[in-house]
Amino acid sequence: MSEALLNFILNAIPVGITLLLGALGEIIVEKAGHLNLGIPGIMCMGGAGSCVALQMMAGSKLHPVLIVLIATIVCFLVGTLMGLLYSFLTVSLRANQNVTGLVMTTFGVSMTNYVVTYVSWEKCQYALPYFRYPFGGSIWQYCGWMVAFAILLTLLVSFVLKKTRVGLHLRAVGENPGAADAVGIKVTLYKYLATCIGCGISALGGLYYIMVYVGSQEAYKSIEPMGWLAVALVIFALWRPVLALVGGLLFGIFFVANSYLPTLFGWHLGLEMTYLLKMLPYVFTILVLVIISIRNKKENQPPAGLGVPYFREER
Amino acid sequence: MSKVKSKVKSEAREKKKSAHEPLFHVAKRDRIPFWKSILIRFGAVLLAIAVCILFALIFADVSPDMLIKSMVDGTFGTERRQWLTAEALARLLGIALALTPAFVMRFWNIGGEGQVLMGALASVTCVIYFGGKVSEPVLLLMMLAAALLAGALWGFIPSFFKALWNSNETLFTLMMNYVAIQLIEFMLVFWNPKHPNMDPLPHGHLNLFPSVEHYGDELTMIVIIFAVALLMFIYLRYSKHGYEISVVGESENTARYVGISVKKVTMRTMALSGLLCGLVGFLIVAVFDNSVSTETAGGLGFTAIMVSWMAKFNPLVMIGTAGIVAFLDKGAACLNTNLGSVQIDNFLTRSMGENAPTGIPTDLPNILVAIILFFIVGCEFFINYQLKFRKFEFGSKKTERKEEAK
Amino acid sequence: MNQNISLELRGVSKFFGPVIANNKVDLTVYKGEILAILGENGCGKTTLMNMISGIYYPDEGQIFVGGDEAVIRSPQDAFRYKIGMIHQHFKLVDVFTAAENITMGVKDGKKYSLKAVNDKVFDLCKRYGFHIDPRKKIHEMSVSEKQTVEILKVLYRGADILILDEPTAVLTPQETDKLFQVLRKMREDGKSILIITHKLHEVMSISDRVAVLRKGEHIATVETADTNEAALTEMMVGKKVSLNIDRPEPENPTPRLEVKGLTLSDEDGRKILDDITFTANAGEILGIAGIAGSGQKELLESIAGLQKLNAGEVFYLHPESGVPENLKGKSPVQIRDLGVRLSFVPEDRLGMGLVGNMDIVDNMMLRSYKKGHFMFLDRKKPKKLAEEIIESLEVSTPGVSTPVRRLSGGNVQKVLVGREISSAPTVLMAAYPVRGLDINSSYTIYNLLTKQKQKGVAVIFVGEDLDVLLELCDRIMVICGGKVTGICDGRSITKEEVGLLMTKDDRKKKAKEGGESDEQGEKQSKE
Repeated sequence: MSEALLNFILNAIPVGITLLLGALGEIIVEKAGHLNLGIPGIMCMGGAGSCVALQMMAGSKLHPVLIVLIATIVCFLVGTLMGLLYSFLTVSLRANQNVTGLVMTTFGVSMTNYVVTYVSWEKCQYALPYFRYPFGGSIWQYCGWMVAFAILLTLLVSFVLKKTRVGLHLRAVGENPGAADAVGIKVTLYKYLATCIGCGISALGGLYYIMVYVGSQEAYKSIEPMGWLAVALVIFALWRPVLALVGGLLFGIFFVANSYLPTLFGWHLGLEMTYLLKMLPYVFTILVLVIISIRNKKENQPPAGLGVPYFREER
Repeated sequence: MSKVKSKVKSEAREKKKSAHEPLFHVAKRDRIPFWKSILIRFGAVLLAIAVCILFALIFADVSPDMLIKSMVDGTFGTERRQWLTAEALARLLGIALALTPAFVMRFWNIGGEGQVLMGALASVTCVIYFGGKVSEPVLLLMMLAAALLAGALWGFIPSFFKALWNSNETLFTLMMNYVAIQLIEFMLVFWNPKHPNMDPLPHGHLNLFPSVEHYGDELTMIVIIFAVALLMFIYLRYSKHGYEISVVGESENTARYVGISVKKVTMRTMALSGLLCGLVGFLIVAVFDNSVSTETAGGLGFTAIMVSWMAKFNPLVMIGTAGIVAFLDKGAACLNTNLGSVQIDNFLTRSMGENAPTGIPTDLPNILVAIILFFIVGCEFFINYQLKFRKFEFGSKKTERKEEAK
Repeated sequence: MNQNISLELRGVSKFFGPVIANNKVDLTVYKGEILAILGENGCGKTTLMNMISGIYYPDEGQIFVGGDEAVIRSPQDAFRYKIGMIHQHFKLVDVFTAAENITMGVKDGKKYSLKAVNDKVFDLCKRYGFHIDPRKKIHEMSVSEKQTVEILKVLYRGADILILDEPTAVLTPQETDKLFQVLRKMREDGKSILIITHKLHEVMSISDRVAVLRKGEHIATVETADTNEAALTEMMVGKKVSLNIDRPEPENPTPRLEVKGLTLSDEDGRKILDDITFTANAGEILGIAGIAGSGQKELLESIAGLQKLNAGEVFYLHPESGVPENLKGKSPVQIRDLGVRLSFVPEDRLGMGLVGNMDIVDNMMLRSYKKGHFMFLDRKKPKKLAEEIIESLEVSTPGVSTPVRRLSGGNVQKVLVGREISSAPTVLMAAYPVRGLDINSSYTIYNLLTKQKQKGVAVIFVGEDLDVLLELCDRIMVICGGKVTGICDGRSITKEEVGLLMTKDDRKKKAKEGGESDEQGEKQSKE
């Protein structure tokens, strides 16, 4: 019984962490007032980018730590580049955020499919234990250093947003860019930086998903739904990093629940119930969305400037 | 005395610093001649094509003339390809048209995918439970009614919450897509746990032109969607509803002033938007697939947003924009068949050595479409805004010199 | 050089295209004084202050701060010169606390600590007598608290010169008193305070000196102690200018619209309209005079059925039968369905009266598109109407299918007024119908209104230029702070008298008499 429960939770965690990383990046972007629907594409690109880097380093005599570091940085940079493209279009050119985001997803997903045809998984596999360190091979294999890293990152982002001047300014930019501009905060710079860093963090979600959780090349095909779920998680978590951690685990539990319910409680649900359980995160997110709009409590609303391009001369 | 001097100097330096103006500043245009806006868009597309050609050349070793030739060949090369392109256009156009009234109202309905899927699911449900039990025309009518209802419901729900409590419609409609996808997965397993990939059902097939050889199905789709396009144009341009939608979209304050109920119009329009998506779902099921899967809408619900947006929400222009995307899609897909086994030589394949695959990856077309869309999205900036370059200021220079002279 | 001068303007001018907003203004501000900037709407007060605070850059002239020439190109530059402005529209982040808003954007190189900010804010509050909790969120605050945060924001940055743009416009009398106490303490602290206002009694009670602006020019700066309200009014409004607007005598005016005890409060429970009672007669023009934001817009919207009234009735007397119809609580559509032909030219032409992106024909049918049960629109009649209006009012436009957004201000107004008149109204309300219009277009509008009056329409005209009001209207109702301060005959009253009524805030007196009960009432309304 307890072993089954442990198994259940250990399998829910990786889904949760993938979603957490994706959502964490999106929270930063949305806090700057930009709704980036390109997150699924960016997560895909992040995964693909790191695979390419790993493949190129295959057979080299580099120290594993260095390999992991380079792959992670490449993944982050790929996300940052996508973020740069997105912010150039939406911040500088003031393009419609919804349309731009959707094109980003189209681009990211198809670019990933394209790149991945050139990646041979055999040449990347060697890095699996590095990313699952120190638990490679055991039942704890999904809970390696990357999980700790993700949790630390969450706490860090939460701290920066809440307790630092940079966080204060970032939130001001997303809530009321006019007011931020009036006191001399560089709105454009903040928007660019937030988008780039946020997209970089989201991209790490793709890396984690491929290299730690699924551990197979085919995984890139299933990143896109994870990306959308991450966008949902941002709302579910009310734009708060720590709540995203909790919410991510909850989503993860729903995601894998059906495989474990029979052994855990002796409930024998039909296979179809898997899909109803997978629907729950979305339904809950909708409920959260409805409840926050009915309660209309200011602290729980999306950033007030979300989706609105800022143009100083417009009053 | 010297103290004063240094103070003046530092003041002057300060002035230089604060007088630093950016090279240009952005100003909103209040009008732009029609030809100029067309020119800007045309220029953007040309630039995009150039980038696409470069991209294809570098990453896929496809020469420009080969690229263009096989694109044209892929869309218009044979009679069959022409029909398929036209049908792809119709599919995309149908969803784009459905989303348009919502967009005109400035309601971001990005739930087209889900609304289409719900329409398809409702149609298939009718076939499964009534197929063979009632006559075909009756079955088709039932399918149609169910699809319209399901789509309308899926569109109405977000608008209801938007109208009453101002819930964020973008996020709401986005989530509804995935609820629909999971619902379909659930139903597929529910109907047949062992074989969740549904085979085409024997009943409920629609073909308005059985006399047309081979392409009756395609023709059915094309005719219906083009009729919808015309009706939608008339609805938006000439009906009272369409007029109300425009007023609400342009200015809620004006709507209040003339006594239009914003809530009512929001809900009615979103129900219509969903209803039409449901219609497309029905058509995909009844005319082509005779089954349903999560791929029934095939992501067209998202692509259609861009199609509608590019056409500036004009149903007739939308035929053109849907055509462009369909052309890119079908044309680029043909690259594979045309360029079968070319050994590609770039940094990716080199690192793989002998394991390098041959041929063009199937996703090249989507990448090219995305690149072109990036340019079209970006060029809107130059239509709505203009860059004003800094003028050299003589005045400030002069006063500065005067001060230095002191 | 006088050591006490903190700010000096020399020959400062600002042009917006052909419009001269400020013409060679000279102004001197001393340390430790309160200088009131007085003037009518559109006299260039705010533009002048915006140049000091870095929103605009002067086209001509120089600004000196503490004796040295200053180049102020942005609010940040202004802060560097220790100048801070409190705008009428607050720039605050709603979900932040007061302290967060105050410290936002400050680069003092210190470690970020909200506690330190809170302490400093507490200190400032103690020093100047503010009452505010720095941990309170902005969206939970009243308007006066928000204003306090804006003032603290400026003080926190160490400003020595404070500019307040109509700070009392949004305050109750009690809150105004508190603000004035704080301002006096700042003056004792050696700060220079510039306060924009057009309430004379406030000028008299708070300021040391008054600078009067008129039509962009600096008229005079006088010691408050040496002047009185009448003298200031005369400087502010200037000599009467004859406009030669045709004003026929009204023909047997009969009551058409009776407004009784109209009262309207905003979300915070502040009264925007307070017990307004008047009658508008058919066949005459009733002018409404008042400082901008005294409740004119809300009054017209209340009559048109766009506001939820707290109290009061609006009776419409049918032209033929004379039967009264209560319009209170009815929507614009319901009012129309009662057969009340009420036309309304709102202040916001392109944001409310018209749809900017639609063409003239489509704008023509905004009010009438619903007629008939047919599902489709009838564009023939609106098109004919559009052509008629273009012809008769000489609207200069490329054609009927030009979006109205592209027309010039005067032509936009002609289209709007033309449409409202075309429905043969029995009541015509117009809010600032000549604002921003050139002289010819303005006269076209005056003539249109007079013609309507001669047709037996009850015309209500909200205006800002007193010369126009005095020559166009048969009767003038003056409102101040949401209250009627007088209804007078347009032919006999003088400009100075209207000017005095516009600034006569009798709330002040009343507040002192029943201050306590008022405060209690406020608390109750908040709960």
